[in-house]
Amino acid sequence: MRSLVNAPKTARQGEIIEIKAMVAHPMETGYRTDAKGAPIPRNIVNRFTCTYDGEEIFSADFFPAISANPFLSFTTVATASGPITFTWTADDGATQTATVEITVT
Amino acid sequence: MTDRNAFALGRRGVLAAGAAQILVLALPRVALARPTLEEAVRAFTGGTEVQAGGVRLDIPPLVENGNAVGVTVAVDSPMTPDDHVRRIALFNQSNPQPEVAVFRMGPRAGRAQVATRIRLATSQTVMAVAELSDGSFWSSQAKVIVTLAACIEDLS
Repeated sequence: MRSLVNAPKTARQGEIIEIKAMVAHPMETGYRTDAKGAPIPRNIVNRFTCTYDGEEIFSADFFPAISANPFLSFTTVATASGPITFTWTADDGATQTATVEITVT
Repeated sequence: MTDRNAFALGRRGVLAAGAAQILVLALPRVALARPTLEEAVRAFTGGTEVQAGGVRLDIPPLVENGNAVGVTVAVDSPMTPDDHVRRIALFNQSNPQPEVAVFRMGPRAGRAQVATRIRLATSQTVMAVAELSDGSFWSSQAKVIVTLAACIEDLS
């Protein structure tokens, strides 16, 4: 998995910032069959978490109805300078982590 | 037709063969017996009544491609420690599974708003349900017409 995260590098304290996060993943639904008619096993990113300063601020459970390359946009209050960490977990156990540093003034 | 009959006979044989194989064959049946939208919402709310309103569900009324439909859900909430949105769930009426996603948030979100992209197998109703910190549930739904459905992508 490869991921792409967009968050402001700097923010004023108390400002509401928007975070966009996307991960490259086919999100195989488990409802499709291959060319020979055999079912393709389900493999989706089923969980996403975002922590800010070590505290979880947002998380999501995904089902097969989420598009391939799952995209999320959400907000958080800029409280303090520090790392914002994103973790995606797939059915097959694969994980992807991304971190951005934010400077809060 | 002959192929189907052959399959049915084969299935009987397999059913007799072992429990593990029965389980494998039962899977498509589970997929057919899809819980309704209402049942899925009830599982999310734990039986609490859902009130209409308070939730804004932004989704295009007509989409060409059901493989990636942009959805934005926003809830009227001050997002304070005393009064905030705990969870937002998205449901659909006609995909193979009624659940789409469940988002967890809290007062640190600042705004109760989330956006993502979803798959729609056919024209149908999409529903957003929000759980507030006082334990109440609010919802909004929207009808979407899909001209090219998801799940029919070419596998080549």
